[in-house]
Amino acid sequence: MRNIALIAAKEIQESLRNRWVLAMTALLAALALSLTFLGSAPTGTVGARALDIVIVSLSSLTIFLVPLVALLISHDAIVGETERGTMLLLLSYPVSRGQVLLGKFVGHIAILAFATVLGYGTAAVTLAATGAAIDAESWTAFAGMIGTSILLGAVFIAIGYLISVLVRERATAAGVAIGVWLLFVVVFDMALLGVLVVDQGRTISSGTLSALLLLNPTDVYRLLNLAGATNVSAFSGMSGLAGAVALGPAKLLCALAAWTLVPLAAAAMIFSRREL
Amino acid sequence: MTSLVEVSHATKRYGAIEAVRDISFMLEPGQTVALVGHNGAGKTTLIKLMLGLIRATEGHVRVFGEDPAAGGIGTRRRLGYLPESVSFNTALTGREVLAFYARLKSESVDGIRALLDRVGLAKAAERRIGTYSKGMRQRLGLAQALIGRPRLLLFDEPTTGLDPGLRMEFYEIVSELRERGATVVLSSHVLTELEERTERVIIVNRGRLVADGTLDELRRIAELPATVRVSVAQGGMEKVQNLLGAQASIRTFNGHRIEVDATPSQKIDLVRRAADAGDLIEDIDVIPPSLDELYAHFLRKEAP
Repeated sequence: MRNIALIAAKEIQESLRNRWVLAMTALLAALALSLTFLGSAPTGTVGARALDIVIVSLSSLTIFLVPLVALLISHDAIVGETERGTMLLLLSYPVSRGQVLLGKFVGHIAILAFATVLGYGTAAVTLAATGAAIDAESWTAFAGMIGTSILLGAVFIAIGYLISVLVRERATAAGVAIGVWLLFVVVFDMALLGVLVVDQGRTISSGTLSALLLLNPTDVYRLLNLAGATNVSAFSGMSGLAGAVALGPAKLLCALAAWTLVPLAAAAMIFSRREL
Repeated sequence: MTSLVEVSHATKRYGAIEAVRDISFMLEPGQTVALVGHNGAGKTTLIKLMLGLIRATEGHVRVFGEDPAAGGIGTRRRLGYLPESVSFNTALTGREVLAFYARLKSESVDGIRALLDRVGLAKAAERRIGTYSKGMRQRLGLAQALIGRPRLLLFDEPTTGLDPGLRMEFYEIVSELRERGATVVLSSHVLTELEERTERVIIVNRGRLVADGTLDELRRIAELPATVRVSVAQGGMEKVQNLLGAQASIRTFNGHRIEVDATPSQKIDLVRRAADAGDLIEDIDVIPPSLDELYAHFLRKEAP
């Protein structure tokens, strides 16, 4: 435990020092603020459910940005340190490889959580300060959105580690990471949509569709946030899909947890067998 | 008390490449050992085997009586390692990095100041490692290896690329370590760089152990000829040459210097005969085979 905490603390310290955290928080806050205030133009400033609109737009932002940021900080975690020669020294210390990986994971999650809470929180707090009426239900949905955004980040951090232990060079890791991002964020949904259009509901049942959606963590996130709360789903235009997909929030959260734990465990296993 | 390190018939293969082939040796407490070989001879592989970062394909390695690859915490706390071309995260300061490593070894961070002082980095402690020179990084690498007074230190090419002053300081620290009973392994690709500071030399070539012993023992085994150099007074050249007898390897230089290669058994006789020449000679030097020649001899011997 102590070693995991030490490595996590070092990871956070380094990211604070090289201004990673600052850059990430600023980026998320700037985008969230602009979406909140520019994005509310079509609904007008008297919109009764201002925060719900923000949830819709921020969720869509998260699906693009958080996986990218998570892969950016994680793809180089192992292969980068190995290439720079710092891993060899670290592993000569009384610390196991599993502890190294978990410590980094905890540190990276903490950095991402800090940036998300602060960046998105700024937008919500500013919105409340401008006098928009926000009820408790909206606040809960917003908190849920932040929580699941961090979970989505965890998924892609774990996937990034898996990439990082599988390749031999940093450049390869970066290329694979971009490929994975494109696959989950862009290609998968387009392909699925294409298949659904061609199929016209003849062979793909709603059960199959649910299973297919679980294969993509960003879709799981989308279902959780855009189709979850009734108010939000009305705005997001996802209520139709939400009706067709028979998956409760508990199942969706479990899916995200599985998407985190499986790549993380695989990465730990491969890393501990790898010869340096 | 068993040996501190026991390497027994260790072979390490990477695919078809045999990095280390059937190497055996023991290291005893308090020894300073040089591990010498060309680049790619298997030195780093041997060090990684002793660290437990890789496992032997055949044979076994024991450090402090345990298998280092099993990841025993106790073993690693008593071990210091300086990798070849050591590197650190450049965003942190020297003190921060040492504090991190000290905590990983469950050591108090109070000793850091003294360690930084010892390697001459006290003034740079609060500066980022990004601003350090190569020599300063090497000093920091040495400092982290010394954390927790380890009983076994593995230095991989520690003096490569260091200036002579720094190299002297480095060997001072090594002799302090020896005095307090630590075992030190220094690897190098040139024997001369070790400046006869190690009591034992292990030479590896192409993954095989080709020599293991003290420098004197190696010299005896190698039976390399020493060079006897005689400075001859004006006009005495011929006489002295006759005195020394017909030597195959005799060489004369600009009429007043003679050099003869002599095996250890011939040496005394040659010097005696030269001394008989009395006033005809001005000076006699006996030059023992250099470390480079000794090293080259063992590498040649191994070549197929």
